[in-house]
Amino acid sequence: MTEKVFTVTSEAGIHARPATVLVNKASQYSSELKIEYNGRQANLKSIMGVMSMGIQHNAKITVIAKGSDEEEAISGITEIFKSEGLGESES
Amino acid sequence: MTEKIKGIAASSGIAIAKTFILKNPDLSFERQTVSDREAEKKRLEDALEVSKNELTEIRNTAEKSLGKDKAEVFNAHLMFLSDPEFVGAIRSKIDDESLSAESALEDVSTFFIQTFESMKDNAYMRERAADVRDVSKRLLAHLLGVSFTSPASITEETVIIAEDLTPSDTAQLNRNYVKGFATNIGGRTSHSAIMSRSMEIPAVVGTKTVMEKAKDGEMAIIDGLNGVVILDPTAGEIEEYRRKQAAFKEQQEEWKKLVHEPSKTKDDVHVILGANIGNPGDVAGVINNGAEAIGLYRTEFLYMGRDKLPSEDEQFEAYKEVLEKMDGKPVVIRTLDIGGDKKLSYLPLPQEMNPFLGFRAIRLCLERQDIFRTQLRALLRASVFGKLQIMFPMIATIGELREAKKILFEEKDKLIAAGTQVSDGIEVGMMMEIPAAAVLADRFAKEADFFSIGTNDLIQYTMAADRMNEHVSYLYQPCNPSVLRLISKIIDAAHKEGHWAGMCGEMAGDATAIPLLLALGLDEFSMSATSILPARSQLLKLSKEEMKKHKEAFLNLDTAEEVLDYVRTKMI
Repeated sequence: MTEKVFTVTSEAGIHARPATVLVNKASQYSSELKIEYNGRQANLKSIMGVMSMGIQHNAKITVIAKGSDEEEAISGITEIFKSEGLGESES
Repeated sequence: MTEKIKGIAASSGIAIAKTFILKNPDLSFERQTVSDREAEKKRLEDALEVSKNELTEIRNTAEKSLGKDKAEVFNAHLMFLSDPEFVGAIRSKIDDESLSAESALEDVSTFFIQTFESMKDNAYMRERAADVRDVSKRLLAHLLGVSFTSPASITEETVIIAEDLTPSDTAQLNRNYVKGFATNIGGRTSHSAIMSRSMEIPAVVGTKTVMEKAKDGEMAIIDGLNGVVILDPTAGEIEEYRRKQAAFKEQQEEWKKLVHEPSKTKDDVHVILGANIGNPGDVAGVINNGAEAIGLYRTEFLYMGRDKLPSEDEQFEAYKEVLEKMDGKPVVIRTLDIGGDKKLSYLPLPQEMNPFLGFRAIRLCLERQDIFRTQLRALLRASVFGKLQIMFPMIATIGELREAKKILFEEKDKLIAAGTQVSDGIEVGMMMEIPAAAVLADRFAKEADFFSIGTNDLIQYTMAADRMNEHVSYLYQPCNPSVLRLISKIIDAAHKEGHWAGMCGEMAGDATAIPLLLALGLDEFSMSATSILPARSQLLKLSKEEMKKHKEAFLNLDTAEEVLDYVRTKMI
């Protein structure tokens, strides 16, 4: 299992378009990908799961990957956070 | 039998064709359990397949006819139908509870709709709830085998009659066949009305009864100029409206020829015809209608329909976009005018007895300087991308104007000191909408670079008549000599200091007022984009010299009625 913590810096939180990009990216990996926020978990491959968390500006979220390509998945997701201006990773 | 129904004119033009009644399908079903769960899941897969194919087609049509932006919503719908949580939850309900596919879908969609709707401070998510509802309805219809009357299936010339039109309905309208539409609900700014104008389809909305009175396949006339629907018209009426339709088309052709022409009077005097906008997205319409400027960009829309103040960068992007798209043509951007009838959910303001006389616009901005300074910085940063003119609303005293300008120049100096580029050519002007300022216009003209007359408020304050109150609506008199004298005073004061004077209220685009305003020497007329070409065509027939000869006469009449009578008989 690999995980990484992000702080959401986007003013609008994780909203429609970037959420779509995030989910599309997550769906490319065979690993199970989860997003954890406020003690709740959602499937990062599900747009409805991600949106229903209502992730706002300044939220701390954890992305958890489990599977054969978990390392690649985490770095891919980190890329999207950067390129979509969604947030920054802790480390 | 012929029937005439009044509604709200939403989009101009006349349509004459057979009706197509868009009914909501009956999607009721009995909740039940099933014994063959595999067969039930197969039914679900089939319905998903059909729905996806249908949506893909709708999206492709929408992309072609409405553009990528408007088609984006169908991509969201498609994504829902492939969503592992959504579809997965329906499958598990069938597996675990032996529910029928319809019942499982109902449970799962209700769960997501409630989750999204419960995000109270998030308008965006509440709209997604509507999307889930829309897409679930489509899926349910296919599960039940109910045909979804789709506007896309129309293949002959029709006018659509509906309760209301949803985004997915309007996106499917084929303009070759759909000649117009009439709905029971909605107003001039409802979704269906806005779409009809951007598609240039004649439409009448808010008729309340057209759905009940119309019969499928009978002839109907949609008169989008006057807001009238005629069901089952007589041969004579059809004849009459065919003539009106031809005349309207001819006039539109005439107007279209003027798109790239300058706005000139008969005696070759150039005046500026500008457009009023609320969003960067409106600029396309401004350019298509040949505007020479944006005379009023109402920035409050940037602040509305959201849950917190827009950031400096967000504002900067919006202002930059408008300035760039206008390609060097003047853009008057009005600083935040909130309060009165315009409220923000995240900026609670005290309840007031007289909100129009209360804490709003510049009064609020001078108090809440954090909000004001953020906006001014965004404007200053954007200024290098075009010809920016900044305008302050609701200025009553010279002191307010000086204070607003002082704050603006402080922010400008700070930005320049920090190495940010700011244009040197920004004009700083003010709205003329308070009688106290109008009376003292000669003094204001020494400190403001331009005036723009906001007629709606100037009239309401001059006549002391609330424009929202229908009991005193007779006092809304743009052509009352007292209002005209104030306007005259404002224009003269600007000219005396070598400045220009514009107008950005309803009155500027009014065919009866235009000769009067030309006579008074108005330099810039700013109106809704669709009024520009008619106004340009009217100006070509008017001589400014001729109009000016009437100035003394109409300013010395007693009543608004006398002025109107004077214009119609002597000036047009």
